[in-house]
Amino acid sequence: MPESKHIDDQRRSWESGIVQKVTDKNPERKREFTTGSWIPVERVHLPSITTDVEYTEKLGFPGEYPFTRGVQPTMYRGRFWTMRQYAGFGTAEESNERYKFLMSQGQTGLSIAFDLPTQIGYDSDDSHSEGEVGKVGVAIDTLKDMEILFDGIPLDKVSTSMTINAPAAVLLAMYIAVAEKQGVSRQDINGTIQNDILKEYMARGTYIFPPKPSLRLITNIFEYCAKEVPKWNTISISGYHIREAGSTAVQEVAFTLADGIEYVKTAIKAGMDVDAFADRLSFFFNSHNDLLEEVAKFRAARRVWAKIMKEKFHAKSPKSMMLRFHTQTGGSTLTAQQPDNNIVRVAIQTLAAVLGGTQSLHTNSRDEALGLPTEDAVRIALRTQQIVAYESGVTNSIDPLAGSYLVEDLTDKIESEVWKYIDKIEELGGMVRAIENGFVQKEIQDAAYKYQREVESGERVIIGVNKFTVKQETPKEILKVDPELRNIQIRKIGEARKTRNSEAVKTRLNQLRNGAKHPEVNLIPLILDAVREYATLGEICNVLREEFGEYQESIVL
Amino acid sequence: MKKIIRILIAKPGLDGHDRGAKYVARALKDAGYEVIYTGIRQTPEAIVKTAIQEDVDFIGLSLLSGAHNELFPKVVRLLHEQQADDIIVLGGGVIPDADIPQLKASGIETIFTPGTPISDVIQFIEANRERVSR
Amino acid sequence: MIDLAEKVLKGDVRAIARAISWIENNRPEKEHLIDALFPHCGNAQVWGITGPPGAGKSTLLDKIIEIERRKQKKIAVIAVDPSSPFSGGAILGDRLRMQSHATDEGVFIRSMASRGHLGGVAQATSGAIKVLDAAGFDLIAIETIGVGQTEIEVVGLSDIVLLVLVPGLGDEIQAMKAGVMEIGDIFIVNKKDRDGALKLKAEIEYVLGIQFADYPEKMKPIVMTVASMNEGIEELLTVTDDYFLKISNDGSLQDKRKTYLKSEIRQIFMQKVSAHVNHKYKFENRLDEWVDEVYQKKKRPYSLINEKINLFLRECNWL
Repeated sequence: MPESKHIDDQRRSWESGIVQKVTDKNPERKREFTTGSWIPVERVHLPSITTDVEYTEKLGFPGEYPFTRGVQPTMYRGRFWTMRQYAGFGTAEESNERYKFLMSQGQTGLSIAFDLPTQIGYDSDDSHSEGEVGKVGVAIDTLKDMEILFDGIPLDKVSTSMTINAPAAVLLAMYIAVAEKQGVSRQDINGTIQNDILKEYMARGTYIFPPKPSLRLITNIFEYCAKEVPKWNTISISGYHIREAGSTAVQEVAFTLADGIEYVKTAIKAGMDVDAFADRLSFFFNSHNDLLEEVAKFRAARRVWAKIMKEKFHAKSPKSMMLRFHTQTGGSTLTAQQPDNNIVRVAIQTLAAVLGGTQSLHTNSRDEALGLPTEDAVRIALRTQQIVAYESGVTNSIDPLAGSYLVEDLTDKIESEVWKYIDKIEELGGMVRAIENGFVQKEIQDAAYKYQREVESGERVIIGVNKFTVKQETPKEILKVDPELRNIQIRKIGEARKTRNSEAVKTRLNQLRNGAKHPEVNLIPLILDAVREYATLGEICNVLREEFGEYQESIVL
Repeated sequence: MKKIIRILIAKPGLDGHDRGAKYVARALKDAGYEVIYTGIRQTPEAIVKTAIQEDVDFIGLSLLSGAHNELFPKVVRLLHEQQADDIIVLGGGVIPDADIPQLKASGIETIFTPGTPISDVIQFIEANRERVSR
Repeated sequence: MIDLAEKVLKGDVRAIARAISWIENNRPEKEHLIDALFPHCGNAQVWGITGPPGAGKSTLLDKIIEIERRKQKKIAVIAVDPSSPFSGGAILGDRLRMQSHATDEGVFIRSMASRGHLGGVAQATSGAIKVLDAAGFDLIAIETIGVGQTEIEVVGLSDIVLLVLVPGLGDEIQAMKAGVMEIGDIFIVNKKDRDGALKLKAEIEYVLGIQFADYPEKMKPIVMTVASMNEGIEELLTVTDDYFLKISNDGSLQDKRKTYLKSEIRQIFMQKVSAHVNHKYKFENRLDEWVDEVYQKKKRPYSLINEKINLFLRECNWL
C-alpha cells in the first residue's frame, strides 16, 4: 500500500498497525490519559503551528504582543527571576532575622508573611486574635513593629512583596512611613502589595469589608501610587489560592483574569485612564505537578491577558498588556508523609514555573504540611531555585518548550477553555456578581471534590500517601512559635499607646472616619497620617469596619 | 433503623482555608450523616452554642493556622461548662504529631492529620455510634 | 421525660434541642412530651419563609432577627434542607448566614433535614414548633427547602407565609404558573437593586390581581427589599405586624390553626390505625400472598380487596 505523505493518515495507520499490536497484548495503564486538570492528552501530539502567520499570531517574540513566549525581550538571559521566599512568623525581631538570613543565602527580594490577625485588621490584644498571634506570619500592630521588621534593611535597595489584602492600604502606608524614617523617598521604593480582595471572597477568606468599599480602597491605592509611588506594583491579582482551594488549571487562569477585568473596570469607572495604572498590575500563580500543563497554562495566561487589555480595554501601551507574575509552588501538593519527597515535588514545580517564564518565584519547603519552615528546610527550597537557574541549562534560551506539539496544543486548549469561563462570567454580570451567586465557588468546590475522590480511590496517586507508604514515619524537626507571643505583643501595644500622642491619634482617626463617609475622598493620605502617629492597625480598621460594614460569607456547598 | 448521626463541622479562629472542611462535610453527607457546616471564623463560644442547639453527636474542628493548642481545648472546656460533655470532639488540619497527646489529654477524642483517608473518619464515627445518646 | 418537658418550659437550651431530636427520631416518649408541652402552646407567631434557592431567605431572616431582637423578642428558626435521596445524609448550611446570632441567648436556630419527607418541611417540623412555642419563643420562622412546587405543607403549619422572589432568576413566571403564588400571604421582592425588580413586582401584581379580581380587599402585600443591605426590612416587619393583627381580628388565624390541627389529628389517627392494623393483622405478610393471586389473575383486584376487608372486619378484635 502506498504510504500517504500526510501525517494524519500516517498516524491513523500507525494506530491501527503497530500500536494495536502492542495494546492487544499489553493494554496501556489507563483507558484515558489526562493532565492533572483533566484535559485529555493524546498518545502523540502533532504539529499545529506550521506557517509563519500562525507563529506570529499565536506566539510572536518575547517582549512583543501577544507575549506568549515571555514579557521581556531577554528574559533570564538578562536577569534571573527574583528569588523571593515568603517568610514571617512571631515577632518583628524574629522575622527580621529570617529576612537577613535569606538575603545572605542569595535571595534577591523580600516577601512578608503577616499573621492572621494582621491580615484581618485585628490587633494582637483583640479577642479574635486568641491563639493566632504570630502563627502564620509576623504580627504587626503599629508602625513600631514595622520599623523593627525592616531594621537594617535599606528600603531603597530591596524590593518587598507584602501578602496583605483587606488592610493593604494600612501596611503600604506603614512601609512608606518606614522608608521616610530611613530617608528614602516614596518615589524610589520598590515592591508589591497583594491587595486582591476578590479572591479572598472566593477562596482565601481574609476579607474584612463588603465588595464595594473594598474596591474603593483598591482604586484609592491605584490612584495614589500612580502619582506618589510610581515603582510600586499596586496589586497582585492571584490565582495561587484559587488553585490551592482545589480549582483546575483552567479555572485558576480564568478566575484570576476575570478578577483582573473587574479591577480594571472599576478603576476606569473611577475615572482613571487604563494606561495610567495597568502597567503596575501584576499577577500571582500556582505551580503544580503536571509540568507540561503548567507551562502551557502560563503561556495561555499571557496570551489571553494581552488580548483582553488590547481588545476589551483598548490599552495603547504595550506595558499595559504584559502579564507579569510571581509564582509559588503548590503548597497543597506537598505531603506530611515522607516529607523529603516534597523537595523533589518542589523541584519539578520550580522547573514548571521557570519554563513558564515567571518573573519571581517562591519555593515551598519540605515541611510545608507540618508547619512553618525551619532554616534548613528553607535553605534547600532556595537552593532548588538556584540549581535550576545556574545548573540546569533551561535559562539559556527563552521559552524553550515552544514548538513542543503537546505544549502548543495544551496552550491553545487552555486558552479556549479560559475564554469560555470569562464569557460566562461576563454574562453573569461580572466577577462580583459571579461570587455573590456562588458560581465560581461551586466550580472550585466541584473540582476539589472530584480531585479528592480520585485520591481516596487511588486513581490519583500521591506517593507516600496512597502508594508506597511507610508504616513508621521518622519524626521531623518543626518550627515552633512561642505561645507567649500574644502577651509580648500586648505589652508592645501598651507601650506604643503610652508614648504616642493620643490627641493626634484621635484627630487622625476622626479625619479618616470623615473621609470614609465620602466616596470621592482618597483615603491613603489619611491612613498615612494616622499610621505616622502610631495608631494601631486595629484602631484604623475598626473605624473602617464601622463605616463600611463587614462582609458575611454566604455561599455554602 | 439506624439513628441518623448529626455532625457539626466548624472552623474556629481566623483561618480561612476551608477546602478540607468542605470536602469532609460533603463526604460525610455521602456517607449518610447530617452535617451542619457553619463556615469560617467561628468563635469557640459560637461553635459550642451551635452544637448544643443542633444536638449534634460529634464536632469536627478544622484548623490550619497553628492556633489549635489554644482553641481546641477551649471548645472542650466550654462544652464541659455547659454540661454538653457527651458530644465527641475530633480535630483535623495542620497539627504536628507532637501536639496530639496534649490535645487528647484536654479532651479531643482524636486528631486526623493530613492525608487521612475519609474512610478512617467514617470508621471512627461508626465505632463511636453507641456512645451517642440522642 | 416529664423532667425534659419541665426544662423545655424553663427555656433550657439543651433540653429544647434534645426534645426536638426526640421528635425527629420518633422516640415513643415524644407523645407524652408533646402532651405535656401542649397547654403552653399558642403564643408564638409562626412564619413560613419560602422561595427559590438564591432568593436570600437566610439573609433576610438574619436581618429580621437583628431587628426583632432589639425589640426584646425571642426568635427561633427551623431551617430545612433536603436529604440526599442516595445516601440519606444532608448538608445543612442555612445557619451559616445567621451565625452572627449564634451566641445570642434569645435566638435558637435548628437545622433539619427533610429525611425523605415531601412537602418542603420535615416530618418533625410541626412537633419542633410546639417545643419552641412552649419554650417561650415569640416568633418561630420555618425556612423551607424552596424548590417551588412542593412547599404545600408550610402553608398549613404557618400563620403567615412569606414568599421571597428575586429578579433575574428566570423562573419567576414559572413559579407563578405552577401555582406557588397561591401559597404566599406576603410577597417579597428581594435584591430589588437588580435589573428586572420592578418588572417582577408588576408581574406579581398582575397575577394576584387576577386571583383577587372579585375580592380586591384580600389583595396580598408586596414588599421590596435588599436584605444584604438591610433595606426594606423595617417596612416588611410593619407589614407582617399589620397582617398578623388583621388575621387575628377577623378570625382567619384561628380558623387556620384549627384547620391544621384537624388535619394533624386526622393524619396521626389514621397513621396509628394503619400501624395497628399492620401490627395486629400482619398486613404486609398477607399482602405478599394477595399480590401473587392478583398477578396470576386468579383473583381480581377490587373483589379481592373487598373480600379481605370484610373478612378482616369480622375477624379482628379491635382491642
